[in-house]
Amino acid sequence: MDQETKILIQKTIDDNEVCLFMKGTPDAPQCGFSMAVSNMLKILEVDYKGINVLENQQLREGIKKFSDWPTIPQLYIKKEFVGGCDIIKEMYENGELKKILQDKAVSFKS
Amino acid sequence: MAMDLKEIETLIKEALPDAKVEIQDLAGDGNHYSATVTSSEFSGKSKIEQHKIVYNSLKGKMGNELHALAIKTKE
Repeated sequence: MDQETKILIQKTIDDNEVCLFMKGTPDAPQCGFSMAVSNMLKILEVDYKGINVLENQQLREGIKKFSDWPTIPQLYIKKEFVGGCDIIKEMYENGELKKILQDKAVSFKS
Repeated sequence: MAMDLKEIETLIKEALPDAKVEIQDLAGDGNHYSATVTSSEFSGKSKIEQHKIVYNSLKGKMGNELHALAIKTKE
């Protein structure tokens, strides 16, 4: 991963409480897994930044190395990597996602 | 590119010999699978660590030959 990409990722995570690295945008997801996580955040009314990795090939590959995680989407909450689609879905269903949002003082619809 | 269901199971079991692995071919296209992996190795580890163990067992095939594998891990 080049330095520029690393800085871009770090800055995105630093500047946004909740960010979702995804394929497509929150309004027009281009992959079912990205859409699933995006929808869960919308239902919880979380204010999140969606970053479309399809617009930047360096970012698409870079985020996988950055998180040491081979798939997209990837969700960061307050600079912490929380998981990909399967984990977020599980956390959404068992209430852990709300708990982590609460613990990290991120506003959402409870 | 696609991957055979048996191949996925073999790779996971090589990394986690005690694992119980259930794999489903979701779309019947050899490209979209779901795997439920139960292993004592997951005990005391976070979900992220558990999923990483499964991803690592697939030796870089995830995201390449293997387009989609939904993972569920159980201790």
